Amino acid sequence: MSSDGNKKQFWKRNAAKVPGSIQHVYGAQHPPFDPLLHANLIKAGNKPPPATPGKPKKATTFQEFESITSDAWDVGDDDDELLAMAAQNLNIEVVMETANKVIENHSKQQEKQRQDETSELDRREDDTQEEVAEDDEDNEEEEEEDRVEEGDATSPEVLFGSQSSPYTDGRLVKSHSEAPIGSPKAGEHAALHRQRSLPHRPPVIPLVARMADQNTSGTPAMTEREASRLDKFKQLLAGPNTDLDELRKLSWSGIPRQVRPIAWKLLSGYLPANAERRESVLQRKRQEYFGFIQQYYDSRNDEHHQDTYRQIHIDIPRMSPESLVLQPKVTEIHIDIPRTNPLIPLFQQASVQEIFERILFIWAIRHPASGYVQGINDLVTPFFVVFVFEYIEEEVENFDVSSLQEEALRNIEADSFWCMSKLLDGIQDNYTFAQPGIQKKVKALEELVSRIDESVHRHMQQYEVEYLQFAFRWMNNLLMRELPLRCTIRLWDTYQAEPEGFSHFHLYVCAAFLVRWRKEILEERDFQGLMILLQNLPTMHWGNEEVSVLLAEAYRLKFAFADAPNHYKR
Amino acid sequence: MGSDEAYNFVFKVVLIGESGVGKSNLLSRFTKNEFNHDSRTTIGVEFSTRTVLLNNFTIKAQIWDTAGLERYRAITSAYYRGAVGALLVYDITKHLTYESVERWLKELYEHADPHIVVMLVGNKTDLESERSVPNEEAKDFAEKKGLFFLETSALDSTNVEAAFTTVLAEIHKKVSSKEVVRGPMSAVTLNSPKAEDTEKKSCCKNI
Repeated sequence: MSSDGNKKQFWKRNAAKVPGSIQHVYGAQHPPFDPLLHANLIKAGNKPPPATPGKPKKATTFQEFESITSDAWDVGDDDDELLAMAAQNLNIEVVMETANKVIENHSKQQEKQRQDETSELDRREDDTQEEVAEDDEDNEEEEEEDRVEEGDATSPEVLFGSQSSPYTDGRLVKSHSEAPIGSPKAGEHAALHRQRSLPHRPPVIPLVARMADQNTSGTPAMTEREASRLDKFKQLLAGPNTDLDELRKLSWSGIPRQVRPIAWKLLSGYLPANAERRESVLQRKRQEYFGFIQQYYDSRNDEHHQDTYRQIHIDIPRMSPESLVLQPKVTEIHIDIPRTNPLIPLFQQASVQEIFERILFIWAIRHPASGYVQGINDLVTPFFVVFVFEYIEEEVENFDVSSLQEEALRNIEADSFWCMSKLLDGIQDNYTFAQPGIQKKVKALEELVSRIDESVHRHMQQYEVEYLQFAFRWMNNLLMRELPLRCTIRLWDTYQAEPEGFSHFHLYVCAAFLVRWRKEILEERDFQGLMILLQNLPTMHWGNEEVSVLLAEAYRLKFAFADAPNHYKR
Repeated sequence: MGSDEAYNFVFKVVLIGESGVGKSNLLSRFTKNEFNHDSRTTIGVEFSTRTVLLNNFTIKAQIWDTAGLERYRAITSAYYRGAVGALLVYDITKHLTYESVERWLKELYEHADPHIVVMLVGNKTDLESERSVPNEEAKDFAEKKGLFFLETSALDSTNVEAAFTTVLAEIHKKVSSKEVVRGPMSAVTLNSPKAEDTEKKSCCKNI
C-alpha cells in the first residue's frame, strides 16, 4: 500500500480543498472486513471524498469536517482496537482527535438510536419480503444478511445509523474483524446473524427484488439522516436551475432511491439543468428515438443488419437478474422457474427483452465503428431498472411490465437508450475492433497494482496470471459481472458524479477491488486456484456498504496518483 | 506448490465455436456437473478445471471457455497459445453454427499448436426434433479433416464426459510418445522442447 509518508502529506494537502458532506468518510471507515483492509480504510476514511473539484468549503482542518458529521459508529465499538490499527498508518494525533470526537457525537446519538431501533425493527419485518436469498443453501443466514444490507443501504452513506439497531450489543465492528475473511457469507455476516433472531421469513424470493437498491417497498421509514439527505436532494432538484456541481457532490456518496432517476438523467447530461427546458428536451429526445425505431428497427432482418441483430437476439434472452447477480452456478429453484411462472422475473418478460433488443440494435447500427459487442447489453440494465423503479410502488419481483402504461414504458426505453449512449460515448474504444481501450486500461491496471501492492502483483507474476485473463471482463462490463446489480447501481451514482467516471475512475475502482482481495489472492498457490478465485470473487452479498468502502479506497488511490497523471501511460 | 503429487499432467484445452452453441454449459457440465438454462454470455475468457484419471495417470484438464463473438477474437487469439486440445462446438439445431466450423478450424490452426487434438462437437442433442445438421454429414466432415467427432447434450449430459476424456486420452497418447518437459506450473506442450526449457517457456505460458 502507499507509504505512510505519502499518506501524511496527502492528507494535509487535501484537507483544504475538500468540500461537501463527510458522512461518506465514516461510511468508508465503518465495518472493516479484515484488519488489514480496515487499516487501509482508516487511511482512506480520513480524507473525505470531494465529488468534483471546484467547490471547497471553508473548513481547513479535518476536525472541522468531522464536527459537522452527525453520525459515527456503534456504541461499544472497540475504539482502542480501531485506533491501534489506524495508528499504524496515520498520524496518531489526528486519529485520536477524530475518534474522540466521533465517540462523543455518537454517544449523543446512541439514545436516539435506541428509540429508532424499535421502529426500525418493525420496518425491517415489513421489508423482509423484499429481501432475496441468493441460493438455497442457507436461507436463514442470507435473510439476515439481506436484512443487514437492506438496512445499510436505505441511504447509501448512512451506514452506522441503520446498522446499529439490529445489533443490540453493539459490537458490530468487533464482530466483523473477528470474522474469517474470504467467505463473506459465512464470515462477515455470521457474527451479525448471531446477534439477531429473526421473525418468520417467506421462502426464497427471486433476485429481482435486490435490484432496487434494497429499498423496493412503498415508503419505508427513513432515519432522520436519510430523510435529511433526501431533502437536500429534493431542494437541489426543485430549483429552476439545478446546480450540477452541487448535485455531483451530493451524488458522489450515493443517491437516495426516490430521486435517483432524475438525478441520473441530470448527471448524464441527458436532462438540462434548466428546469423549464426539461420537458421540451425530453419530448424531443424521445421523439428522436422513436424515429430511430421506425428508421432502423424494421431493417433488422435485412441482410446487412442481420448479423448484428442475430447476436443481440441471442444475448438478450440470456440476461436475467440472476445472471447479472450470481456467479454462473445457479441454484435449482431458478433453473426450475419456467417461463410461464406467474412470478416471471422482469428480464424474462418478452416486452422487456424486446425493449433491450431494440435499444441495442439501434445503438449498434448507429455506431458502426464498434457495432454490438457482448457486454454492452449489460450496460443498459442499470438505466432501465432505475427508470422503471420510478413507476413502482410495490416489490419489484412482482412487477409486471405490462402494468405500466405503454407511454411510460416507451419513455423509459427512450431515456435508457440516450443515457446508455452517453455512457458509451466515453468508452467507445473499449468496443471498437481489437478493443484498444480495454487493452490500455488493463495495462494501466497492472501498472497501478504493481505500484500500490507489490506483493499481489508479484504473486500474479509468479503464477503467470495475466491481468487480461480476468480484468478484461472488469473493463468490458464495468465490473457488472463481478458485483450484484444493486452494487452496480450504487457504483454508478459515483461514476456519474465523477468526471470521466466510467473510463477514468473505474480504473481506480478496479485496482481497489483487486487489492481488496489480497488475502485471498495471496493464499492461492497455483495458477488454477488464482484464476478460479479471480473469476468468482465472493461479492454475492455485497451492498452499499461494501461499495462505499471500495469507492473510498479508489478515491484515495486516484488522489495519491494525482500528481503522476501519466503513470499508467508508460 | 504441492500439486506435483496431485496430478501428473496439466493439459490445456480450449472450447471454441459460435456464440450460443453451448460451450459454457459443456464446461460447467464437465467440471462441475452443472447446467444453467440461463447462462449468460461469456465475456473474454472463463476458466475451469477438472482432474481425471486416465490409464493410472492423474490428469488435470485446464479448460478455457472463450467468447464466440468475432469481436473478441483479437483478445482471445492469445488464449490458444499452449493449448493441446480443442473442442470445436456447434449447435445441431442451428445450421449456421455448423457452417462456421471451417472458419474456426482455420483460426485454430493459425494460432494453436499444429499437433493440437481437435474434436468436433455437435451439441444440444436433447433438441433432436429441431435438428438441422445431419449426424452423418458432420461425421464425414470430421473424418475428412482428421477430427474426432461426437454429438453431445450438456443439458442431459449425453457424451459430455466422453467428449472431454477422449480428447484428453488422445493428448496423453501423443504426449507419452514424445519427449516432453513439463514446466513447474505450466501446462504440457506437444512440441518436443529442448532440455533446458524447464522454466518459463513462452509456449508453455498459461495464456
